[in-house]
Amino acid sequence: MSTPPTSLPASLPASLPTPPVRPEYERTLPPLPGLSLARPLPLAARAWQQPGLRRGLILLLLAVLWELLARWQDNDLLLPTFGATARALVEGLLSGELLQRAQLSLAVLLKGYLAGMALALGLTTLAVSTQFGRDLLATLTAMFNPLPAIALLPLALLWFGLGQGSLVFVLIHSVLWPLALNTYAGFQAVPETLRMAGRNYGLTGIRYVVQILIPAALPAILSGLKIGWAFAWRTLIAAELVFGATSGKGGLGWYIFQNRNELYTDKVFAGLALVIVIGLLVESLVFSNLERVTVRRWGVQR
Amino acid sequence: MPDTPRPAQPAPWLQIDGVSLEYRSPQRVVRATHQISLDVHQGDRFVLLGASGCGKSTLLKAIAGFITPTEGEIRLQGQPVRGPGPDRMVVFQEFDQLPPWKTVLANVMFPLLASRRLGKAEARERALDVLDKVGLASFAHVYPHQLSGGMKQRVAIARALAMQPQVLLMDEPFAALDALTRRKMQEELLALWDALRFTLVFVTHSIEEALVVGNRIGLLSPHPGRVRAEINSHAWDLHSAGSPDFQAAAQRIHHLLFEEAPAESPPTPAPQLAPWKNAA
Repeated sequence: MSTPPTSLPASLPASLPTPPVRPEYERTLPPLPGLSLARPLPLAARAWQQPGLRRGLILLLLAVLWELLARWQDNDLLLPTFGATARALVEGLLSGELLQRAQLSLAVLLKGYLAGMALALGLTTLAVSTQFGRDLLATLTAMFNPLPAIALLPLALLWFGLGQGSLVFVLIHSVLWPLALNTYAGFQAVPETLRMAGRNYGLTGIRYVVQILIPAALPAILSGLKIGWAFAWRTLIAAELVFGATSGKGGLGWYIFQNRNELYTDKVFAGLALVIVIGLLVESLVFSNLERVTVRRWGVQR
Repeated sequence: MPDTPRPAQPAPWLQIDGVSLEYRSPQRVVRATHQISLDVHQGDRFVLLGASGCGKSTLLKAIAGFITPTEGEIRLQGQPVRGPGPDRMVVFQEFDQLPPWKTVLANVMFPLLASRRLGKAEARERALDVLDKVGLASFAHVYPHQLSGGMKQRVAIARALAMQPQVLLMDEPFAALDALTRRKMQEELLALWDALRFTLVFVTHSIEEALVVGNRIGLLSPHPGRVRAEINSHAWDLHSAGSPDFQAAAQRIHHLLFEEAPAESPPTPAPQLAPWKNAA
C-alpha cells in the first residue's frame, strides 16, 4: 500500500491486470519406478508415537521429583521417599495383605459399578423412547447428581446396615447419574440420518437402541464409563476412610486409615500408590483397549 | 432409450394419491406439499425435480414412511404405506447414513439381518455379490471412515440394492459429491438399473441430473409443493447431455420451474440467475 509498484505506469491508475496468453503443452507421464510413495518414519519418531513410552517417561519424571523432594525434606513421617514407598508396596503385595485388601475393595466396587451401569442404561433407554422418561431422567439427575455419595452414606448405613449393601448403594449413586447423563447426551447426538437408516431397516424398540443408538453413542458412553469408574473409586475409598471396615475385613481405604493411625506413613503411601496403580492399569488395559477395538477403529474418535 | 413400451398401462406400482404433507415448527404448521398425485410404474426411474423448498425431499420421506400425510394416501402395490420399512430402502444424501462401527460388508449385511430377511451366511453371500456389482469387492473389510465420499455412496446403494426393495428411494444421493465423481456415479446407477431393473424414485435439484437419470420427471413448484408437470426423459442419457434437444429440454424445464414468460428468448445469463436467487 505504502510503496506503489514501480512498474506501474503512472498514466494507468489501478489498471486491470491482463494475464498474457501462454503456449499450451501436453506431456506423457512415464511411470516412476525408482520412487517409493511411502517411506517409514525414522526409528526415534516411531518410538515416540508409542503412548506407553511417553507415559512411562512422565511417570519416571514424577518418581524422580518425588524422591528428590522427600530426600530434601528428610522426614519419613511426613513424606517417605519413593524408594521407601516402593519397598512398603512390594512388601505389602508379597505378604498378600495389600492384594487381599485390593480384592475386597474391587469386589464391592464392581458390584456397584455394574448395577449402576444397568440402571443408567435402563433410565436412558426410557428417556429416549418416551417424553415421560426424558423428564424423569432430567429431574432425577438434576436432583441427585450434585449430592455427594459420602453424604448419603449415613442414610445408607441406617437403611442397609453395616454391610456391603450400604457401600453398593452409594457406589450406584456415584456411578448412575454421570453415566446416565453422558449416555443420554450421546444418544441425542446420534445423527438424524443414521436414525432414519435404522428405522428404514425396520428396527424398533430395544433392537433399535441396541443396534443403532448404543454403538453410535459409544464415544460418549465410554467417557461416561470412565468418569463413573473414577467416581466409584473415590466414593469407595472415601467411604472406607470415613466409616471404616464394613463387614469385619476392610478394603484399601481401611488399610490406609489403619496405617495412618499407627503412623506407618510409608504404608499409607503404599496404599495410595496401589489405588493409583489400579487406576492406571484399568485405564491402560481396559478402557484404552476398549477404545482401540471400538471407537478408534471406527474412526469416530481420534 | 432403455425404456420398454408399456403394454396398455398396467396398474401403477407406487401411487401417490392427493398427498398433502405438513411439518410442525414450534410456532406454526407449515404445508410442505399440497395434494400431490403421481403414479410410478414398475421399472420406472422416476425423478422428483424442483427448487429447494418445494417439498420433494419431504415427499420422499413420506414414501419412505418417516412422515405421515395429513391428507391423501401413498400406496405401494395397493397397500397403504404405514411407517418405515425395508421394502422401501432409502439412500440419503449424507455420508453418515452408514453406521461407522460396521465394515463395508457388515453394513451391506445389516439391513438384511435387521429385517430378518436372510440368515447370516446367505446375507453374506448376497452382500458380497452386490459389492462386486458396485465395484467395491476389495473394500469389503474396510470401515466407512476409510472410504471416499463416492465410495460411501456406492456402499449405501449396494446396501439398498441387496435388500431387493420394491422401490429404491434416493434423496439427492450425489449432491455431496464432486462433479467428476457425480457423473461417474450417474453412469454406474444407470448401468445397475440396466442390469437389475429396480424401481427408482430419485430426488434432485439438478435439471441435467434429472434428464440423465430419469425416464420420467415430476416437476414440483415450491411453497407449497405442487405438481407442475410430468415430463418424459427416457430419450436422454449421459452421452446426449451436450446435444441441442437436450439443451432445449433443459430450457423447457427451467421455464416450467421458474414460471417465466413462455420461452422465446435464448438463454442469457442474467434471467437465468435471478430466479435461482428468488427460489432460494
